[in-house]
Amino acid sequence: MQLAKVIGDVVVTRKDDSLTGIKLMVVQPIAADGSNAGRTLVAVDAVGAGVGETVFFVRGKEASFPFYPTEVPADAGIVGIVDHYDLEEFTN
Amino acid sequence: MILARIVGTVVATRKDPRLVSNKLLVARPMDPHGKSEGNYLVAVDTVDAGVGETVLIVSGSSARMASGMKDCPVDAAVVGIVDTVEVAAGD
Repeated sequence: MQLAKVIGDVVVTRKDDSLTGIKLMVVQPIAADGSNAGRTLVAVDAVGAGVGETVFFVRGKEASFPFYPTEVPADAGIVGIVDHYDLEEFTN
Repeated sequence: MILARIVGTVVATRKDPRLVSNKLLVARPMDPHGKSEGNYLVAVDTVDAGVGETVLIVSGSSARMASGMKDCPVDAAVVGIVDTVEVAAGD
């Protein structure tokens, strides 16, 4: 799983039938310090996340598991909203 | 999934039998602001997308879960035609 910030949403009318009723969010993966890490992507939302929230998401086929038994064609899915996270900083 | 713009079509006569009668499109990935990024890719079309449209592409084994793609040798499928993308100010 990877930490990300939800930065937007996507409206798609014509889509695969299995995606009906599922929210699509634009997420920006982030590093531990909150800075952007990598390209933005679109993820299905299984937890009701909103724009501005920090979340974690899964990549790959597992993204469709929250919607089981429906086989949703998704390769990225938000599976948790982060309340806070703690890090032990290592310094050399 | 990624956002992409359809920039062309692919015609292939000799291909895997499970790809017969599937439309193949050339897509250029883009960021939420519409700026192109990354390499072109070929995706199978499941929603009747056309050249110039902004679409949603699912990659990897999940592409086989798109409608009609079960057990097909595909790793990218167009699963939606994007109406709008809304991004928070500053992002």
